[in-house]
Amino acid sequence: MAKKRKRHAISTRIWHWVNALALIILFMSGLNISNAHRRLYWGDGGFLPEQAWLEVPRFPGWATIPDYYSLAAARDWHVLFSLVLGFSLLAFMISAFFNGHMKRDIFASRREWKPSNIWRDVREHLKFNFDHGAGKYNILQKISYAGVILILIPLMIFTGMVMSPGMEAAWPWMTEMFGGRQSARSLHFIAAWLLFAFFVVHILLVLAAGPIGQIRDMITGGKIEGDDDATA
Amino acid sequence: MQRRNFLVAAGAAFVAGCSEIGKTNWFGKLVDGAEGWHRGLHRALGVGRIPMAPEYSRADLSPYFRGNGSLTVDTDAYRAAEAEGFANWRLAVGGLVDNPGELTMDDLRALPQRTQITRHDCVEGWSAIGEWTGPQLSRILETAGVQPEANFIIFRCADNLNGADYYESCDMDDAIHPQTIIAHQLNGEALPVRNGAPLRLRIERQLGYKHAKYLTGIEAVASLDGYGQGNGGYWEDRGYQWYAGI
Repeated sequence: MAKKRKRHAISTRIWHWVNALALIILFMSGLNISNAHRRLYWGDGGFLPEQAWLEVPRFPGWATIPDYYSLAAARDWHVLFSLVLGFSLLAFMISAFFNGHMKRDIFASRREWKPSNIWRDVREHLKFNFDHGAGKYNILQKISYAGVILILIPLMIFTGMVMSPGMEAAWPWMTEMFGGRQSARSLHFIAAWLLFAFFVVHILLVLAAGPIGQIRDMITGGKIEGDDDATA
Repeated sequence: MQRRNFLVAAGAAFVAGCSEIGKTNWFGKLVDGAEGWHRGLHRALGVGRIPMAPEYSRADLSPYFRGNGSLTVDTDAYRAAEAEGFANWRLAVGGLVDNPGELTMDDLRALPQRTQITRHDCVEGWSAIGEWTGPQLSRILETAGVQPEANFIIFRCADNLNGADYYESCDMDDAIHPQTIIAHQLNGEALPVRNGAPLRLRIERQLGYKHAKYLTGIEAVASLDGYGQGNGGYWEDRGYQWYAGI
């Protein structure tokens, strides 16, 4: 008999917690950095109120790292954990492609993309029935996880890189791809709040689905459900 | 209720803990390491050519160029120099060079000029686009004959911010970069006082605080020790990264 597979591979578990820590620190130090200039612009440049498309609120100390206003200290955290975020995502993606996690659990089949299946999944979620779907994750989970892993976090990394003038000199095409440095800064801000929204929904669903078992499995790996009575 | 109190307390402990960690020496060392990694990545990803900051057209110029930090120099000598249109301003060239000396404004204008429309990114987050004109620093250093022991160029400034003299520094890679110029013009006119009249550094692959204003001298040095608090710049002495390309 083959060795029983764990519910979460060791690479997934390590990345999950490293990534969680990095995102929390980057988000909160990012709010501190945002306080240094609370306007967002589109295009290459911008510094005047009339050029801005959004004036963002001042974020209070309890929401920022450090817990007082310091652009220098907040940048220290941001500069350090941007590397953690980027390289841990790269390592996770490589292992998830090779161990089949991406193909098996994250990418959805054509059948799953059918509107009837998505609609059924929405209805089940509204009934608070989370235990459904053929694979490990249902279609709404797949969409959210793929959206975060393949779109939102890479968007954060690349827009962050565009904002580094030294990086921009090396890869100027990336700035153009995002429509200019200030556009990249705006997208960085928007993607950060979309990630925050994911974080809130993720926590609420873990709480609804039984937080002790969910968190335990993300630490120990857990068992694949129904693995014991699998027949030939 | 208890659970919520617990979460609030845990959150407060987390940010307070991070604030304390941020003040430790080992965290500072980690951050210095990360700064080096970013710098190494920027250099490695741009390998095979000279990485250049993007240049723009006149249509992209900002409505005006914002001034930040020191907006003038609060000394009688500077006010007197301003009154005479900075005709007698001098840029001292010294340190580890074979031919130390002083350059007049006419000397600087007589050198081959570079005009570049670039984007200035402040560490705070805003950007302004301006057209800068001046001689390349590499020309000045070439004439001065920089000695092989020199690892950095120090930029001395006339302005004093919150009681300390402003200064900056860069490595030789940035010093001889084609876009590193000693600008005396902004948007085709003499540099305005708020933007650093009569001379300011443009070091286009780094953030705004590196672009020292009100330049009085450049100095080739082996080490940054002994200048300011030894971190290579006014803002660097106040916790900001020395490599401001991040």
